[in-house]
Amino acid sequence: MNIRVEHLSKRFGTFEAVRDVTFEVRSGSLVALLGPSGSGKSTILRILAGLDTPDAGAVWLGDEDATRVHARARAIGFVFQHYALFRHLTVEDNVSFGLDVRGVPKPEARRRARELLALVGLGGLERRFPSQLSGGQRQRVALARALAPEPKLLLLDEPFGAVDAKVREELREWLRRLHDEVGVTSIFVTHDQDEAFSVADRVLVIHRGGLEQSGTPAQILDEPATEFVARFVGEVNVLDARVEGATARAGALRAEVPTGGPEGDVHLVVRSYDLKLWRDDAGVATVERVVTLGDRVRVHATVDGAGAIVAQFPRRSSLLRGVEPGARVAVEVTSARAYGSSSSM
Amino acid sequence: MRSDARAPAASSTGARAGRVALVILVLLYLGVVLIGPLGALGGELADVGVGAALGALGREDALAALRMTVVLTAIAVAVNAVVGTAGAIAIVRHRFRGRALLSALADLPLAVSPVVIGLAFLALVGRDGVLAPWLDALGVRVVFAFPGLVVAVLFVTLPYTIREVAYVLEEIGTSEEEAAVTLGASAWQTFWRVTLPNVRVALGYGLLMTMARSLGEFGAVLVLGGSISGQTQTATTFIHDAIEERELAPAYGMAALLAAISVLLLAALEWAKGRRARAAEKEADR
Repeated sequence: MNIRVEHLSKRFGTFEAVRDVTFEVRSGSLVALLGPSGSGKSTILRILAGLDTPDAGAVWLGDEDATRVHARARAIGFVFQHYALFRHLTVEDNVSFGLDVRGVPKPEARRRARELLALVGLGGLERRFPSQLSGGQRQRVALARALAPEPKLLLLDEPFGAVDAKVREELREWLRRLHDEVGVTSIFVTHDQDEAFSVADRVLVIHRGGLEQSGTPAQILDEPATEFVARFVGEVNVLDARVEGATARAGALRAEVPTGGPEGDVHLVVRSYDLKLWRDDAGVATVERVVTLGDRVRVHATVDGAGAIVAQFPRRSSLLRGVEPGARVAVEVTSARAYGSSSSM
Repeated sequence: MRSDARAPAASSTGARAGRVALVILVLLYLGVVLIGPLGALGGELADVGVGAALGALGREDALAALRMTVVLTAIAVAVNAVVGTAGAIAIVRHRFRGRALLSALADLPLAVSPVVIGLAFLALVGRDGVLAPWLDALGVRVVFAFPGLVVAVLFVTLPYTIREVAYVLEEIGTSEEEAAVTLGASAWQTFWRVTLPNVRVALGYGLLMTMARSLGEFGAVLVLGGSISGQTQTATTFIHDAIEERELAPAYGMAALLAAISVLLLAALEWAKGRRARAAEKEADR
C-alpha cells in the first residue's frame, strides 16, 4: 500500500513536534525515519497509526484519506518501543489477540498464531508468558502480534532500542529478511544511523519536527542536502571557509567543492574518512594526537589558520608512516560539501 | 580503599544492635496497643462464657444487626467495584477540567472524621436539611433509615478502590491499551481484555479494604442511622448499645465475631499483597 503524508503538523502546547512534513512511501518498501531523540519522528509514526491526531495535514493510506479514521479501523500494525505485550496473556494469546477481537474463530486464530510464531523463530514458546522471555524474544512476539491481522502497513517505534548491542545486530538482519519474505510496507523510527542505513531502502532524516532530506542510504551519505544531515551522519569536520568558484579555502587548506553550491562564507563539511594526510615538512598542519581504534586509526591535527581536524585511516595504511604528534603533514580533501553559514543548525 | 573495606564490618555490629533494639521496641508497642486489648477481649469472653456469648448472637436483635452489616458491606463492595474502577480510569486516563479536584475529593473521606461526615449529611438530608422538602415530596426517608446507612458506608469506603486502581493504572501506562486499539479492539474489548485484567489484583485489594472498613464503620452509621434496634442497628452499634445496657455476653460475642472476620480479611489482604508483589516483580525483570 502506498502511503502519502501531506503537510503534517502537530503541536503539544507551544512545542512544535511536527512541522509541515510531506513524504511518500512506495508499496512494499522498508523506510527509516532517522533523527535525534525529540525530533518528532515518533509523533509522525503515532499520527500514521491514528494514536495521535494531526493539527493540520493529511494521511493517505492507498487511495483513502485516513486522517480522521480511527486507529482500530486503519489496519496498521504497530510495534511499540517497549513491546507493550499483554502481560496477563500467553505468547500465543498475545499473537492471536488481533484475530480474536475481530471475531476470527478460535481454532483458526490459534493456527495463524502458531504459524507466525514459527515464522519469527519462536515455535515452542506458545504457552510462555511475556515475563518469561528475553528482550529479543519479546520483540519478536510483538512483531508477530502486529503481523497477525495482516496489516497493510507495519510501523515500528525504535524497534531495537531496548535490547543489547549484539542482539540488536541480529534483529536488524532478521527484520530485513523478514520484510523481504512478508513484503509488507514498513516504516520504522530510529535514532541510530547505522540501523537506518543497514536495514532501510529509503531513509527520511527528521530534525526539529521537519523533514531534512529523504533518499536512499547512499544519497543521504554522499549528497547530504543540508548541513544538519551532513553533520548527523558519520564523524565530520566543520570548518569556516570561503568559496570562490569550485574551490573552498579554510586557512591553509584547499578543497574542491561541487559547483552550483553557495559562494562566499560557508561551513565546509568534511567526513573524517574523506581526508588524506601524510608526512611532509612543507605541509599545512601539525599532528596533535594519534588514537588507535581497533582496525582503524584516528589522527587529530591542527590546520594552520583553520583549527582542529580529525581524520580516519585503516590501521595499516602506508600514509601513516611518520605520522606522530608534532609532525608536519600535508592534507588533501578528497570530498567536501559547502553549506551557507546561515543554514539551520 | 582499606578503610572502606573496614567500615562496613565495624558498622555492622552497631547496626545489628540498632536493629535488635528497633525490633524489640516495635514488638513492645504492638503488644501494648494491639495484642493486649485483643488478649483482654479473649479473657472477658472466657469470663462471660464462650457459649453464652455466642448464644446471645442468636437473639433477634443481634441477628438483625448482623444481617444489616452484611447487606451494607455487600452494597459497598458492589458499588465500589464499579465506581472505583470507573473513577480511577476517569482520573488517570482522561484529561478534563477539575480532574485534580476530583482526585483530591476522592481522598476526603480518609481525612474527615466519620462523625463529622454524618453530621454534614444530616444537615443536607436531615429533617431540617437543605434537601428535606424534596425528599419529603418524594416520600423518601434517608436519615434514621436504611438509605442513610448506605450513604454513610459508601462515603467512608469511597477512597480505597479508587486509590488502589488509579495507582496501578498510572504505573502500567497506556501502551498496552494502545496496542489493543491498533490490533482492532473496541474501547469495550480493550477494557475487558486488557485494562481490567491488569488492575484485577489492585481491584481485589481495594475491595478487601472496603469490606474491612464497612464492617467496622461506627461513627457515620450511628449519626445517620440512629442505631434503632431491629431497624438501623449494625454490628458495631449493637456492641455499643449492648455495653450501654450492661449486657456483656452479646457485646463480647459480637466483638469476637467481628474480630474473627477481621483476622480472615487480614489473611486475605496479605495473600493479595503477596500476589501484587509477585506481579510487580515479574514486571521488574521485563
